[in-house]
Amino acid sequence: MTTRKILLGNEAIAIGLVESACTMATSYPGTPASEVLGTLVQIKKEEGLPLHLEWSINEKVAFEVALANSFAGRRSAAIMKQVGLNVAADPLMSAAYTGVKGGFVLVVADDPGPHSSQTEQDSRLLGMMAKVPVLDPSSPMEARDMLPQGFALSERFEIPVMFRPTTRVCHARQDMEMKPLSPAHSIAQFEKNPARWAATPKFRLVLHGQLNGKLAEIAEEPSLAPKLLNPGISTPPHGSRLCIVASGVVLAHAMEIMRDLGLWEKIPVYQVTMPFPLSPKFRDSILAQYDKVLVLEESYPVMELQFQNREKVQGRTTGTVPSAGELLPERVEDILRTFAQLPPAPRVEPPTFPGRRPTLCAGCPHRASFYAIRKAFPKGIYPSDIGCYTLGVNLGAVDTVLCMGASISQAAGFYHAYRSVPQEEAPAICATIGDSTFFHAGIPALINAVVQGARFVLTILDNSTTAMTGHQPTPGFGSTLDGTPVPQLSIPELVKACGVGFVEVEDPYKLDAFTDLLKKADLHTRSEGGGVAVVIARRPCIMDRNQRGSWVRQEMAVNEKCKACGLCVKQFECPALQSQGEKEPVRIDPALCTGCGVCRFVCPHGALEAVSSTP
Amino acid sequence: MQQIIVSGVGGQGVLFITKLLAETALEQGYSVLISETHGMAQRGGNVISHLKIADGGSVEGMSSPLVRPGKADVLLALHPDAVKAHGFYLKPDGTVISNVPDSEGKHSLNASRIAEDLGAPIAANLVLLGFAVGSGALFCGAEQLEGTLRRLGGKRLELSLKAFRAGAGEALKSRD
Repeated sequence: MTTRKILLGNEAIAIGLVESACTMATSYPGTPASEVLGTLVQIKKEEGLPLHLEWSINEKVAFEVALANSFAGRRSAAIMKQVGLNVAADPLMSAAYTGVKGGFVLVVADDPGPHSSQTEQDSRLLGMMAKVPVLDPSSPMEARDMLPQGFALSERFEIPVMFRPTTRVCHARQDMEMKPLSPAHSIAQFEKNPARWAATPKFRLVLHGQLNGKLAEIAEEPSLAPKLLNPGISTPPHGSRLCIVASGVVLAHAMEIMRDLGLWEKIPVYQVTMPFPLSPKFRDSILAQYDKVLVLEESYPVMELQFQNREKVQGRTTGTVPSAGELLPERVEDILRTFAQLPPAPRVEPPTFPGRRPTLCAGCPHRASFYAIRKAFPKGIYPSDIGCYTLGVNLGAVDTVLCMGASISQAAGFYHAYRSVPQEEAPAICATIGDSTFFHAGIPALINAVVQGARFVLTILDNSTTAMTGHQPTPGFGSTLDGTPVPQLSIPELVKACGVGFVEVEDPYKLDAFTDLLKKADLHTRSEGGGVAVVIARRPCIMDRNQRGSWVRQEMAVNEKCKACGLCVKQFECPALQSQGEKEPVRIDPALCTGCGVCRFVCPHGALEAVSSTP
Repeated sequence: MQQIIVSGVGGQGVLFITKLLAETALEQGYSVLISETHGMAQRGGNVISHLKIADGGSVEGMSSPLVRPGKADVLLALHPDAVKAHGFYLKPDGTVISNVPDSEGKHSLNASRIAEDLGAPIAANLVLLGFAVGSGALFCGAEQLEGTLRRLGGKRLELSLKAFRAGAGEALKSRD
C-alpha cells in the first residue's frame, strides 16, 4: 500500500538525498535551507541509516568535509543558503577543476525577495562562474525526484553538481507518495592521484580543459534536455510565433496563470531543469522556430544570457522582467499578459499598511543586552551581525549588518577610523555577535583585531544555540548530532586564546550588573595597556526547548505609577508590553509575557513591578 | 479548488492551523500545495500561509504554491492586523473569519478573549479555526478537523480541543 504524506520542500529534498544513496551530508543552518539537515537527522534516527551528518562550523568547512567523502568514492551533499555559498565559493571553484569521485551535490537555496537574507543573489551564476552544472527544481516533488539524477550526473562526469531550490520550493508543502527508505552501503576507497587531487598550476590548466569538455557533453545530456510541456500547439497563421522558456518556481506560477488566461493551449512552454549549461542545440532550435522568446527564471538572467540574443529573447536584459524582487504570481501574470498582448489584469492593490516589523521575542535575553548597550554607550557605534539579534536595530543598538563575522572586523575598522580623534571625543564602539556566528566567522576577525591593536567592546550574545534558524547546536554544545560526547568548546577560553585581556561573563537579565560590566569593559579599552574587551552575555534562548529555562519567573503587573509615557514600549520594545493609547496605562499581554522581569529595571517610574515569583 | 490564506503574527500558530487544514484535506483525498513563512519574519512580524486544496491527483490548474491577490476564497485572520495586511488576497465574494477585540457581524469573534477565559491564551488560533469550520466557510466539517487535531494535538490536547470546540460553539450561536 502506498501512503501519501505532505512534505515541506526541504523535507522532500532530505528524502531525495536518502533515496539517492547519499552517505554524508554537511550543512550550516540558514533560511531557507535549514530544515534539510534537520530532517536527515530525524530520518537517520528513525530508520537507523549509516549516514554521517553534521552541522559544520561554517559553509566552507561543510563543503570541504563532504567533498573529501566524495573523493573517497562515496555520495555526499553539502547544504547551505545562497550567502553561505559565498563563504564556500573558494572550495567550489577549485572542486570544479579537480572534479569528484562519489556523486557530490551542492544543495544551495536562494531567497528571491529577499525574505531572510542580505541579498537576492542567484547561485546559478556562481555555478556558471565555477563551471558546474546547475539543477533548478520547480516544486518539492520535483526537487525530490531530481536529486537521484543529480547524483548520477555528478558521478558519471566526476563533477560537482549544484542543486538550486528557492524559498518557494524549500518552504512550500506538497503531498506526495512515500516509499520505504533503504540504507546506502559504500566503502571508502580513496585512490591517490596527486596530479588531480593536489594539482599544481601546470596540471590545473589540464584540468580546466577537461572541465570544459565535460560541460560541453553535459549540455547535450538527453536525460536533462529542456522539455516542451504543452505539445501540439499549431503555429499561428498570422503574427509572431511566441514561446516561453522557464525554470524553477516561476514556471509553476506561469503554468497555473496560463491555464487561467487560456494561454496554455496557445503558447508553447519549455521547462529547463538544467539552466546551466544551457544546451546550444536547444538554444539554436528555439531561436530558429520562434520570433519572440520570453525567459522566466529567478533571480538573475542566467538562461537569458546564454541565449546570447537580444532581438528575439525577452527577459531582464530587455526590461520585460523586473530585475529586483521575487517574481510573485501577480508579477508573472502581468508579464505574461504583456507578452501575449492581453489587456492588463484588474489591479488588486495591496493596502499601504506598513505591517508589523519582526521583533525579538518577549523574554529574549538579547533585548536586555541591547537595552544595556544603549544605556552604557548612548553615543556609541554599534556594528552587529547575522542572526536574531539583527533585530536589535529596533532598539537602536545595531548600526551595521554586513555578513557573518563582520561585526568584529568592522568594529576594528571603526576604531582605526577614529584613531586620530582625541580619546575623549572618540565614540565608544560596541559590537554584538551571536555565539554561533562567532564560531562561524568571528574568530579570525577577533584575532586580527587584537594583533592590529584595535580597541572596542565586543559583546558575544551567547544563547548557546543557533536560534534564528531553529536551534541547531553550536560547538559549545558538547555532543554530536548522535549524542556522542565531544569536547565542549568554551567561548571565554577561545577569546582568551585570541589574545584578549578582558573577558567577563554576565547574565543580561541582571540588567544593572550587566550595564555596569559594559562600562567597565569600555574603561579597559581606554586604559593604558588595554585592548579589545569581551563581554559574554550568557542566557539560553527562551524559545529553545533543549535548554532548561533557569530564571525565576516574575509575575509582572502594571501599578498606578504608570504615567503612560510609552518609554517602555518605544525603547524596550517588548511585544508583551502594549500601549493602549495616549494617556492610558501600558498593558502586559499575559499570552506573551514570559516573566523575565527585565522590564522592571526599564520603567523610570517603578510602574512595572513583580507581584510574585516562581522558580 | 479552495484557496485559503491564514494570516497572523509570529508565535500565533499560523503554521499549526495550516497544518491541521492540510492534513484534513489529505485525509479526504485532496491534493494540497502550501507556502509558509519561516525565518526572521516569524519573530513577531506578519506571518502568512497560502493553502491550496484541489481534487486528488489533479495537477491541472494547481501548480503554484502562492495565491494571487483577489483569488482567495477564505482569509483566516488570527490577528486584528491581518485583514489590513493580507485582505487584498481575498476575492470579492470571499469570506474573512477574523479574531478582533470587538466582534461585529457573523464572521468575526474575540477568539483571544475566549482563549484567555479558558486559561489557554495561546489557543486563540484554535478557537478561530473552530469558529471558521463551524460557520461552514471551509472545505471540511468540524468533526474531520477535530479528528486531525486529535491525531496531531500533542501534549496540551485537552485544552486544544476545548478551544476548538468553544470556537465551533460560537459559530452555532451566531447562526441561530
